[in-house]
Parts: sequence; C-alpha cells; structure tokens
Amino acid sequence: MKGAEYISDAQNTWCPGCGNFVIQHTIKDVLAECGLLPEKVVMVSGIGCHAKIADYMQTNSFYSIHGRGIPVATGIHLGNPELTVICSAGDGDAYAEGLDHLIFAAKRNVDITVIIHDNRVYGLTTGQYTPTSPLGFAGKSTPEGTYEDPFNPLDLMLASGATFIARSYSRDKKGMAGVLKRAIQHKGFSFVEVLQVCASFYDAHACYDEHVYTPEGHDPSNRDSAERLIREWNYAGEGAIPLGVLYERDAPTFGERVLAGKEGEIDRTRIIERAIGKR
Amino acid sequence: MNDYSICIGGKAGEGINKAGLLIGRLLGLLGYHVYMYYDYPSLIRGGHNFAILRCADHEIGAMCGKPDIVCALDQETVNRHGDGALLIYDADVAKGEGIGIPATTIIREEGGAPIARNTILIGAFCRAAGIPQEILRGAITNEFGKRAEENLRLALRGYHAGEERMQIPIQKNESLPLLTGNDAIALGLIRGGLDAYVSYPMTPSSSILHTMADLAQGTPLLVLHPENEIAVITMALGLSYAGKRVAVGTSGGGFCLMNEGVSLAGMAEQPVVIVMAMRPGPSTGMPTYSSQGDLNFVLHAGHGEFPRIVIAPGTTEEAYEWSARAMHLAWQFQVPVFVLSDKNLGEHPKSTEIDPAFPVPVASVRSPRGTYARYCNTPDGISPFYPPPLTGNVVKVNSYTHDDSGITTEDPGQAAAHAVKLIRKGATIENEMVNYGCIRVDGAEEAPVALICFGSTGEACREIGDRLSLRVIRPIVLEPFPLAQFADALAGVEQMIVVEENATGQLDSLLRGYGIVADRRIANVSGRPFHLDELELKVKGVMQ
Repeated sequence: MKGAEYISDAQNTWCPGCGNFVIQHTIKDVLAECGLLPEKVVMVSGIGCHAKIADYMQTNSFYSIHGRGIPVATGIHLGNPELTVICSAGDGDAYAEGLDHLIFAAKRNVDITVIIHDNRVYGLTTGQYTPTSPLGFAGKSTPEGTYEDPFNPLDLMLASGATFIARSYSRDKKGMAGVLKRAIQHKGFSFVEVLQVCASFYDAHACYDEHVYTPEGHDPSNRDSAERLIREWNYAGEGAIPLGVLYERDAPTFGERVLAGKEGEIDRTRIIERAIGKR
Repeated sequence: MNDYSICIGGKAGEGINKAGLLIGRLLGLLGYHVYMYYDYPSLIRGGHNFAILRCADHEIGAMCGKPDIVCALDQETVNRHGDGALLIYDADVAKGEGIGIPATTIIREEGGAPIARNTILIGAFCRAAGIPQEILRGAITNEFGKRAEENLRLALRGYHAGEERMQIPIQKNESLPLLTGNDAIALGLIRGGLDAYVSYPMTPSSSILHTMADLAQGTPLLVLHPENEIAVITMALGLSYAGKRVAVGTSGGGFCLMNEGVSLAGMAEQPVVIVMAMRPGPSTGMPTYSSQGDLNFVLHAGHGEFPRIVIAPGTTEEAYEWSARAMHLAWQFQVPVFVLSDKNLGEHPKSTEIDPAFPVPVASVRSPRGTYARYCNTPDGISPFYPPPLTGNVVKVNSYTHDDSGITTEDPGQAAAHAVKLIRKGATIENEMVNYGCIRVDGAEEAPVALICFGSTGEACREIGDRLSLRVIRPIVLEPFPLAQFADALAGVEQMIVVEENATGQLDSLLRGYGIVADRRIANVSGRPFHLDELELKVKGVMQ
C-alpha cells in the first residue's frame, strides 16, 4: 500500500511549519514500509493539536479526550491484541492531565506505541506552559514566567519500568522513521518522545538544531549508559540532547500476562450455576 | 405467620458477616426465606458489627423491627440489641439475662481460633431455637467446607451448653441460595454477555469486583483493576471499541471521576454498562451505609446531551435479570446503561431463585455494505457498529462532534444533524422499552393509596403495602421514564406517597417533571434501611 493512502481527506488545520506534519508523514511511511494495513492499525489520540492526527490518518482511530488516550489504547490492545495500537499524545495530555496513565502503561508494559508530540507548550489553547516548559516560561497563564522546573519525562519512564525509551526531533525525519519503526516492532510499551516545533507558540528549533545529536555506539540494553544519556539534558539548560533509541529491554507484556489462558468461549450458564452452588 | 429475626453482633474482625451467613444457611435449610442485614462501620478492627437475619415463610427483603433472638459476642451487642430478646451471650466477656455460654473458655479448651466463638454461640442458638443437630451439621458443612469438622465440634459444644427455649418450626420449602444484590449483578452481567469487567475498589460496589475476579478464574472472562476510575471507564471504552462487551462498577466518588468518560461514551456512541452503587454523600460520606441520594447525579451525569438508560433493580432477582438486559440494551443502542444500586441491595444476602439460562434478547445485526461510516445517519438513529478490523474499511470514533465517517466537524448543518441523530436514538430507545415491564406493582393493586418508590426501598414498601392494603408502584427503569406504564399503574390512585432514602426527594422531583405530583413524601437519610415497623408508622402518619 502506498504511503499516501494512509492520509485521510480531512482538511488539515495544523499551522504552516508545525512539527506535527513530520510526525504524521513519518508514521505513514513507517506503516507503509512495515506493510501494516490501515484496517489493522488504530491511532488513538487525546485532545490537543497532536490529536488531530486521528482525523488526518486514514486508519482506524479513537479520538478520545484530554489525557486519556493511553487507557483507551490499553483497552483496545487487551480487546484485540492483533491490532497495532499507536497512541499519539501531547505533553499537556500525557505529562499533565493524564500522567498517571502514562506511568501505569510503562509499569504494566502494555504492548502499544506512545508518541509524545512534545512541543513544550499548550498549542490548541493558544500558549500556556506545560510540564516540560523551561523555568520562567512566559505564557498566557504565567505572564511573569513559571515558578516550577520542568521534569524529564524520559527519566520518569525509565523509573516507571518502560521497556523502550526513545527521543526524536521533528526536523529529523529520517532519524524519527528509524525510531518509530523500532518502536512499533518492539514487544511491549514503546515510549517515543518527539521534540516538536510549535510554529506559533514555542519555536525552539534554533536551540534543538544546535544541541541534538545521535550518540555513537550506544547499546540501548545497557541501563547505566541509557540513564546517563537520558539525564544528559534536563529540559532546562542548553545541554546536548541525545536522540535515538536510548533504552530497550525485553520483558513479558501486560497483554501476554493478562490474556494467558483467556482464549475460547465463555460458558456463562456453567459460571452462574457454579456461583449459585457455592451460596 | 412464621417470621423471626435473629441478631448476631460483636467487634469488626470477629467474623460477624460469616456468622450471619451461617445462621442464614441454617434458616434456609429449615425451609425459610431469608434476608440478612449487615451493619458495619468503615474500619477493619474494633467498632460494632452486627447482622440481622430475618426469616419468614413468605418472600421477604427487609428488616422487621426488634430481633427475637440476639447472639452477643460482646457487651456492646447485649446493651444495644439485647432488650426484650432471647439473649445468648459469651458469659466470659459479657453480662446479661438469658443463656450464658462460656464461649471463650470453650475455645481455650478446644484449642480453637478466637474468631470461632461465633460458631459456639450459633450452636447454642440452634439448641435454643429447637433447630435439629442434622441441620446444624448440614449448614456447617456447606459453609466451612474443609474446616467443617473443627467448626462442627465447636458448634456442638455450644449446642450442649445451651438450652431449648422456643421452636422455630421447619417449613416445607426447599433451601434457596443466598445471593446479595452484588452477586446477582455480577451474574446478570455475565448472563447478558459480559466479556470484561473493569473496576477500582469502592464500597459498596467492591464485592462485584471480588466476585467477578473469583468467577473469572479459569475462564475467558477478563477482570481488570486499573489505576483509578478515569482509567476504568476509558479502558472500558477501549475494550468496547475493540469488540468486547464490558461493564464497570463504582460508587459516588469514583463515579465523579468517571463523568468525562460517561460523556465520551455518549458522544462516541461506544456502549458500556455502568454499575453505580450508592452510599451516603456528599464526598466520602458514610462508606459502609446506604443511600438513594445519587439518582439525580446518574440521570444527568456527563456534560452535553445524549441518550442513556437508567435501571434501578429493587430485588436480587431483578438485579440479575436487569443486569443481563442492561448488557443487551447497551449494545443494541450503543449508549451508556446504568444499573443503579446501593448498599442495601448490593450487600445484603437474600434467598434468591434465578435461572442460570435466563434468556437475553439477541441484538439485531445489520451487515456492512459499501464504504463503512461508523456514524452513518439512519432513521432510528442507530448506526451499525463493527469493531476493527473491518476488511477494506476503517472504524473512526470521535469525542468531537463528527460527520458520518467519524471525522471532526464544526459545520453548523452537520452539527445539528449529529445532535438530532442522538435525540432520535433516544426516541427509538423509549419505543423499545415499551416491550419491557419497566414498572412493578405490588400490594393491593386496586387500592386508592399508593406508595411510590425505587430501588432497594421497594421490598420494605411491598411488605407495608401488604400489611396496610396499599398499592405499591415502583419504576425499575427511570430513564427513559416509562410514562405510559407508570400512568397505567397509577389509574384510580387518590393519594400518592413517595418513599425514598434521600433528603431532597429526587424521585419525587423526577415525577414532578412528568406532571405527576405526589401528596406526601417519606424520607430516610440515616444510611440504614427502613425497618418495616418504623415505615408502617410513618406511612400511617401521612395517610389521609
């Protein structure tokens, strides 16, 4: 199937220069390259600029509500593990409103791919700070600058037990394609943070262009070196920003554990008779 | 008429619930209909717990008044419940007038666990009430399984230490299983086609989760306990989208968290059954007591306008049958369907007869033709739903106002069409519900005075209806309100008395919205169910 067939007819309303275009087209290319048919893929999104991807992809989709894409994606995966579930979330979405679900999906190792469109600003609500905005970020809700430091979501994911942690950059399509392909193929919870340019409210591309790099010879299965790379940049200063698959390990998935022995038909009458017999 | 009440009480952690169930089994084996009220504060050790077992030769579902027999494991039980009753008590720890049994001493002599003191008192109760030893043996074997022998030894020590004071006569009825409303809801959901149950523990809904998790072992039934109620309902909607039939369960505070998910279910037209078990609020309220204070909340939960079905069963049998129907209705109409329960229905065991093969209607299925549009606009407002994968098609569901194919729209014409489609679906549901008996009428069916109630207060009202020759009208379905059926039931009524367990009269105001104005209202906000004797006095007090 051609890549273009993964794009729907819906009118696109992202701003010119928005990093979401690159993310969308990279997903499309990776799906085509992996031979994943639109009918076998479910795009799940929350609410925010990122979330419009549910409309814009000609795949199955569940356009859910703010912060809740991940539990919806978890339910879809458990309901039919044959489907490839990709959950797009924003930084406000997954790091603020729905942070608990992100941590639990990592803890459980749910076999879904979560892509965080991290532009470090609320775009759709026209410019407020998010959990990854730098200290002092002056937005519409914090005109004198924020009073809190950002957190490092990759570090949080490592601590939460994520089995695949990667970072990409919306101006590095080729690198992103490699990361997304591995993320989709990874068995278990894949966390991909994309540093995304917000053309209207937080265009940090000059900073990113200068600081991003792909570490040479990094072994993602080495937790210590993964942790060093993950902590190299704390979302505040101007440190070097490593890209690529930073951590990966193999572990049983939530679906494998939960669904073991759950095949077949439910003998409802027997369950009910057995229950009544005990009472 | 044979009608007895037995109370057993002690501290939390002394096995009062289990002891109550054992007495329930004894009375069931004697051929009685049994109802058990269990009163416990929200703590794990200490406090005062008690169970009241009522048994009668006719169907019952409420407490009567003062107990005839009291089994006391502590002084508190003697003081609170002992007055005027035949008292059986542990003479090692309490003082009283009645049959003192040295239960603590017996435990020491037999090397039994302290929690088994209740078994000794139950042995003494059997002797006092003239219950044959074989029945005691049968009940203990059923209740304790592998640990039956040691418990039987203790019970017989109590039996021989006691004395016969009265005779609870044996009835001819066969012994029925003792089911709580929560048991019945769990079994009904399974009967109705449940594939997955998702819930976060919250009293008084938790025992549905526990029962479901127990029953699911070794079967394909999926039971999930996620991080919070927001995850519960959104995960459930994901399962629903993937083609699983799913239900969730919670109580007031947890349901607050679920509200955005309820609204999502309404907009996305993703079916789900929500069991909402009421307890007194606001906020944490009284976790282990009962209330009917969340009727309005459930009727209006979730922002925006969308159709829903709200069902309030009043008996364990109804809980079973209507939970099964709830599953069918949710998937037939792709709407959130509520089973509105409370602690009094959910946690009190009652002799219950259910049909394990209870027939549930089969949903009509239309085959997809051409390009699939998830929300295609149909005359009845119901768009055929197919879970992905659908060969050559995509299934797009959306929380935004959307077009037929599920793509977001803000076009005024499409927005209006979408809203009207949901309203049309509501009308279709209303028409369909005419085929169900949505109203139950009990008592003297032609009487000019009617008690109007819903949910768990129904059983107390039914018995008062019988005692005072009143009509008792109880809507089981509260939304869409079965107006025509209700009007039929009301024919010839001259005085309407609404009975409900809330302060503001929520059923009363629901009826007013349909132009049905009650004459008097009886409220109870104690967290405890109506006792029959108390309710009788109140009803007499407001009757003209």
